[in-house]
Amino acid sequence: MRALGLAISTFAALALSVMPASAATLDEVKERGHLQCGVDGGIPGFSAPDDEGNMAGIDADYCYALAAAIFGDSSKVKFTNLTAKERFTALTSGEIDVLSRNTTDTLTRDATLGVNFTYYNYIDGQGFLVKKDLGVTSATQLSGAKVCVQAGTTTELNLADYFRVNDMEFEPVVYDTSVQTREGFDGGACDVLTSDKSQLAAIRTELADPEGAVILPETISKEPLGPAVRQGDDQWHDIVRWTLFALINAEELGVNSENVDQMREESTNPSVRRLLGVEGTMGENLGLSNDWAYNAIKQVGNYGEIYERNVEPLGLEREGSVNALWTEGGILYAPPIR
Amino acid sequence: MSRNNRIPFYRNPVYRGIAVQITVLALVLWALYTIFTNTVANLNERGIQTGFGFLTETAPFAVGFSPFIDYKLGETPYWVVFLIGIQNTIIVSVLGILAATILGFIVGVARLSPNFLLSRFASVYVEIFRNTPLLLQIMFWNFAVFLPLFPGPRESITVGEEIFLNNRGLYLPKPILTESVGAWALLAAVVMGIFAIFAFNRWAKAKQYHTGYRPPGRLYGLLTLVVLVFLVFLIFPAPLSFEIPELGRFNLTGGIQVPLPLFSLWFALTTYTAAFIAENVRGGINSVSKGQTEAAASLGLKRPTMLRLVIIPQAMRVIIPPTISQYLNLTKNSSLAVAVAYEELVNLWAGIALNQTGQALVIIAMTILVYETLSLLTSGILNWYNRRVQVVER
Amino acid sequence: MAETGVFERKESRPPPIRQTGAWEWAREHLFGTVTNTILTLLGLYLIYLLIPPIVQWAILDANISGSSRAVCEANPDGACWTFIKVRFTQLMFGLYFGANPEQVWRPTLAFIVFAALIAWLTLPPTPYKPQVALFTLIGFPIFTYAVVQGEWLGLPAANVEEWGGFLLTLTLASVGIVMALPIGILLALGRRSQLPIIRAISVIYIEFWRGTPLITILFMASVMLPLFFPSEVDFNKVVRAMVGITLFQSAYTAEAIRGGLSAIPRGQYEAADALGLGYWQKMIFIILPQALRISIPGIVNTFIALFKDTSLVSIIGLLDLLNMAQTASRSIEWKGYDFEAYVFAALIFFICTYGMSRYSQYIERKLDRETQR
Repeated sequence: MRALGLAISTFAALALSVMPASAATLDEVKERGHLQCGVDGGIPGFSAPDDEGNMAGIDADYCYALAAAIFGDSSKVKFTNLTAKERFTALTSGEIDVLSRNTTDTLTRDATLGVNFTYYNYIDGQGFLVKKDLGVTSATQLSGAKVCVQAGTTTELNLADYFRVNDMEFEPVVYDTSVQTREGFDGGACDVLTSDKSQLAAIRTELADPEGAVILPETISKEPLGPAVRQGDDQWHDIVRWTLFALINAEELGVNSENVDQMREESTNPSVRRLLGVEGTMGENLGLSNDWAYNAIKQVGNYGEIYERNVEPLGLEREGSVNALWTEGGILYAPPIR
Repeated sequence: MSRNNRIPFYRNPVYRGIAVQITVLALVLWALYTIFTNTVANLNERGIQTGFGFLTETAPFAVGFSPFIDYKLGETPYWVVFLIGIQNTIIVSVLGILAATILGFIVGVARLSPNFLLSRFASVYVEIFRNTPLLLQIMFWNFAVFLPLFPGPRESITVGEEIFLNNRGLYLPKPILTESVGAWALLAAVVMGIFAIFAFNRWAKAKQYHTGYRPPGRLYGLLTLVVLVFLVFLIFPAPLSFEIPELGRFNLTGGIQVPLPLFSLWFALTTYTAAFIAENVRGGINSVSKGQTEAAASLGLKRPTMLRLVIIPQAMRVIIPPTISQYLNLTKNSSLAVAVAYEELVNLWAGIALNQTGQALVIIAMTILVYETLSLLTSGILNWYNRRVQVVER
Repeated sequence: MAETGVFERKESRPPPIRQTGAWEWAREHLFGTVTNTILTLLGLYLIYLLIPPIVQWAILDANISGSSRAVCEANPDGACWTFIKVRFTQLMFGLYFGANPEQVWRPTLAFIVFAALIAWLTLPPTPYKPQVALFTLIGFPIFTYAVVQGEWLGLPAANVEEWGGFLLTLTLASVGIVMALPIGILLALGRRSQLPIIRAISVIYIEFWRGTPLITILFMASVMLPLFFPSEVDFNKVVRAMVGITLFQSAYTAEAIRGGLSAIPRGQYEAADALGLGYWQKMIFIILPQALRISIPGIVNTFIALFKDTSLVSIIGLLDLLNMAQTASRSIEWKGYDFEAYVFAALIFFICTYGMSRYSQYIERKLDRETQR
């Protein structure tokens, strides 16, 4: 019996003392050989498997770009599909290195959940999707409706606020995943589906009868979506943040995946030269190689290309929207790389 | 000097027992302590705040289904949400237990029916429902059957303009007692009627004791009840009014509403658990010795009478304990509601509330506590029942 | 003698009519009484209502050819098995193997070996059963991991997180039962121990896990487990689910084994004591071998329950058979064929669990025969 006790305690001690402590995410990622990226996995345009089963979408592309910036190889990334519930735990527990899952930056999340937000790769707002035959033209006519919504999201809270402010009644039907929410709406479990407008556009294309549903004009919330990291590793936070800035700056500077080689050779613009690692030690300052941004742009494309590839097919025009560059009337504004 | 003293103390079973227990206890305490310190360290490191403070904060989201506890968006605190979760768990469990018991008994008895077809049907039913996952059944009924097959609210299936069934749920008229003498009279009539049932039953028993002939006491009682209620309706104008569901802009409003998630969950829990209860019933009936059946048959009892008076009363002793466990299982299984968006404890509290507050530790602990309490309660009832039955059995 | 009539001898009743033959059988089982006849007619009507449409839908009108939705849309009256056919690899082995058809031989090989082992263990006249059982419990999981994960053999890695479908369902259930067995044995011994503290710990442990729904335990495993360990230790989602399932299952296994232990006659304990065996010697050589044998039906039954319950991992987002079926039927390509997906998943679950329950009943009967000398 004593031998048994000894065995148990040895085993327990072993189990509890795996690996020495190391807070540096970058080192861990490099040692592991790939980036672990948390995505939704079920939202076309943001992150969903394409026909070959590879993750595609604006959120997924950001992860490819980050992998390219770290390893010089955009394929060194693995995706973890997460529900809204699991996402923050997965991040803080170290299961994933970066959360790129259309996650809204809010004060409560930033302050109490042990995560840090970086910047935005899509600025969204919440809206309503209804079946046409109900004859609804405005969200203010929705009193008494059943509303399908995904659990654990800011969407759920905005919904409650909006109906309360407008003194209307509603009955929520709260599903666990975005796919279930869509199926519920499509099957007729509710009259209205509410979510971020970009998602509504994607969901609409996936309905049995896309023509039979419309997105109402109202936008009831601010939803800045972007990658998040766990607290306590500033270097990693910087890398994640500046990789996104690099993609946006590249677009602003007219650098894209096609002309990036040429620009690196020929451009005389100091901003471009710094971005592509010809001048200065920008990448090294971050703890990466100097051609970090070059690799990301070369292999994945600049922000504009990513948007065009993933979001435009959903029917969400960029021109004139908040997601345009600040130079074109939008609000995407990346700090300078210098 | 006794022999006992010559055994070295480390080989003495008493001391060894104590040593082993202390070691194991220390290990367990050490493991719990490690978990505790790790958790505290992790919470601090990750900047996660924890505590019970959030319970008194106002819940910022809407709760769709809460028939008995008032929920007001923007005013109701989190601890009431917790109570609503418990309430909804109880609602679906009680409805499920009632229906599953009835269905289970019917199927269990049918399985032993001398009618070949009937017993085959019953056993096919039992095997299919017992051998596929409950979660699959819940989703199947909700997403593959009820949602696509039931019509929308505008084209509801109606029974007599009062009961509606559509893909949003089942809507029943809601009886409302009007504030009048009639309402009190009705209440009195019902109480008297129920009393009459008991009284007649006693009378019938006494009669049987004296004459050997048992008059249908329950029937008389029931008749009295009906007549009394009828009289009240005849004498007083509208002692009771019904709130009939009405079609609003989007949905039916008013009446008793059974939302589709509840309906699907209840249906799946009932059909699934009934299969297990049917097996208990069959086992119980089989456990009654064949001599009892033969004795009853030689008394000239027909099969239904035989089952009712001889077999089932004896079988109950075997049927009840595992069936109570099934009730507990049904209650625990109601936590699968998350698949169909019914707001019971796990979905509403350990799901929605947990997400919105991030208070995983407190919320999951509270959830587990509820189920543990139920479980302890159930085993308490079981032990009490077993003790009681044992005395009877000798 | 007026009373003679009272004792007058009556003619014997005729002997019961012949009870064999098709007609007699039908009379006894179908048309014996009025109620019986009505029930039979109702039953026949029900069969008429159910069976022809089902056969028509599932077999006669079913679509199986082709590989696209168009085939099924052209013939909407029949089942769309084309969908299942196209997504079959995915449903069986998950997304990774669905996307890499050239690797499918790996899980297939594991399945075949598994089926062979099971056949060896369940068919009566095969030799070396204990050795094969030991291999199935210890060697086979390693073999499966080596072949299906692949890194050790220099194959492209398919990490456990990328396993899915039926493969994941089987993996979770098997890991659950194998890991729970030793813990369950210790707990069962603990619960029957003479030492009060050991007994109390075992009882608390067992009752705690048995009182909580598995889904809550899975939530706990997926949300809280990372908090319980130092931050350097990280488990992926599948491992967390395995931990949750093992904790849950060990309590049920313990109860099944306790049933076996309490069925061992006192004489066995006393005989062992009389031989001067210590506690562990007594348990390992005398009591457990007998108790485990008696517990087999009970353990198989808890395993059946676990096998069905693994479908709950779809709620925490793992792509097991159920979730895979659901995901497939909700893809844009095959939208609206939920019914087929659920029926297919249900069929696989049914075949496995029904097989197991039959086996457990068979063992039970066999044990009954053996003990009734």
